[in-house]
Amino acid sequence: MFEPVLLRNVGLPRSEVIDTYLANGGYQALLKVLREYSPEQVIQIVTASGLRGRGGAGFPAGRKWSFMPKDASVEKYVCVNTDEGEPGTFKDRELVEKDPHQIIEGVIIASYAVGARRAFVYIRGEFFLGVKRWIKAIDDAYAKGFLGKNIQGSQFSLDLSVHRGAGAYICGEETALIESLEGRRGEPRKKPPYPASVGLWGKPTLVHNVETLANVPHIINRGAEWYAGIGTPKSTGPKLFCVSGHVRQRRVLELPLGVPLREIIEQHCGGMAFDRPLKAVIPGGASTPMLTPQQLDTHMDFESLEAEGTMLGTGAIIVMNDRTCMVDVARRLMRFFAHESCGRCVPCRVGTQRMLDILERLEHGKGKPGDLETLETLALGMRGITFCPMGDAAANPVLSGLKLFRDEYEYHLKNKRCAVAA
Amino acid sequence: MANQTKVRDPAKRAMLLTALYIAQEQHGYLTEAAVERVADRLGLPVSEVYSMASFYTLYRTRPAGRYVLQVCEGLSCFLADGAERLVDHLRKKLDIEVGETTPDGLFTLETVQCLASCGTSPAMRVNDALYENMTAEKVDELLETLRGYHV
Repeated sequence: MFEPVLLRNVGLPRSEVIDTYLANGGYQALLKVLREYSPEQVIQIVTASGLRGRGGAGFPAGRKWSFMPKDASVEKYVCVNTDEGEPGTFKDRELVEKDPHQIIEGVIIASYAVGARRAFVYIRGEFFLGVKRWIKAIDDAYAKGFLGKNIQGSQFSLDLSVHRGAGAYICGEETALIESLEGRRGEPRKKPPYPASVGLWGKPTLVHNVETLANVPHIINRGAEWYAGIGTPKSTGPKLFCVSGHVRQRRVLELPLGVPLREIIEQHCGGMAFDRPLKAVIPGGASTPMLTPQQLDTHMDFESLEAEGTMLGTGAIIVMNDRTCMVDVARRLMRFFAHESCGRCVPCRVGTQRMLDILERLEHGKGKPGDLETLETLALGMRGITFCPMGDAAANPVLSGLKLFRDEYEYHLKNKRCAVAA
Repeated sequence: MANQTKVRDPAKRAMLLTALYIAQEQHGYLTEAAVERVADRLGLPVSEVYSMASFYTLYRTRPAGRYVLQVCEGLSCFLADGAERLVDHLRKKLDIEVGETTPDGLFTLETVQCLASCGTSPAMRVNDALYENMTAEKVDELLETLRGYHV
């Protein structure tokens, strides 16, 4: 049985309060860092742990930290991405609502390592409880001397504050998040330059997902070697998986990276709801291509999923049974992407809307000859040419659906109705 | 909530999102006067402030009901047999379409994108509060409770 790391406290009564965190070894990693390690050593430890970003891209955290300029005279910032909004994803909410101090400790250690004196939490405007929990946790951390001037008597000082977004999925993209923090429309910036050189107010900025930062105290406490021993050689550590859809138990789970998808569904989620057969699984959130029942033994790590033509993404697993209409699934996901496109670049702004039009037509039995080809052309045309990864994200569900379930699309087109949905 | 958010940062423009939340609290939406006042206080053109208000979905530039019912139409809510069923139920119960407000000004019905409650779907928000594992019965109870505050 895997011993939870990130979720070890969430079952405790009042797990969100600082006293609970302190009583369970909280802030010990920070004290160790401040007393024993130089910033450079912290970066080395995190690099050696193999920790990779948990927000979707999987970029090695240690490398990201090492890209930050070492010059102490340059002002630098750290941003905490709590803009969870990819359909199927509900893991960060769990961490923020139930164990916010774990993340704060990670933020302080990361800020120390990269030499930032100022950090910002950016949270989805919809997360009302999350905003409250963040604010309370930060206030308590200040009161106990974990934030503010000369933290725990050290030379290191850090200020942290909460900034509430206002309803825009795209602000989860790091440069859009920075724009939003600056008080602008959340439209992604051109990269390069990357935020590590030109970020918030033009200063070097480290942006991390909540889950990524939550790993950091444990890496310090228990060592890089221990951490690297969890998971696979290239995808190390524990991962939160959030499972929804047609399983008996929908839940947030913590398991080592590399766990087989079958084990997650059958052992940890009680199998398929109503005993209906599995049809498809979205393995990492709305933007990741689907897997079929034949791929159920795929291991849930960055490399294995890439080999299967999909992605780990946020670890949001959406399970669908045989009565799920795949045209309808694509339509619903496209509705999301069309709504959330920031509108900055044409392929995404127009492409998502055009694809949605076609999917709505197909779903309502009004498809026209050539629709499937146009759909494919639009999706392929969007890939790799948009400012941010959202273009690819929006194209994926359509391309994946057409590849795996083209017969269903054709049935919709030909018979003006659905072959599977009740 | 907005007035609890501490702005420890000096950069004026960065206050815009918070300022708009505060401005919205008074009338439940951003009136023209409110937008102008925010623009004036932060030294920004009114057009910039409107641009922000139209970009972010949590700001509204038209009046809404006392309670804004936002039903999640995400994929996981649909798979949990929610989404449309809840919306249809509310449409019938309130006798309004999505985007409309009841004549008594109490309820506005909206659909929204994923609320990150996929494990406890179907989900909906009422103003800032999240309601999970919703059913038609629970919706009815909720409407009754909310109406009860206004008799």
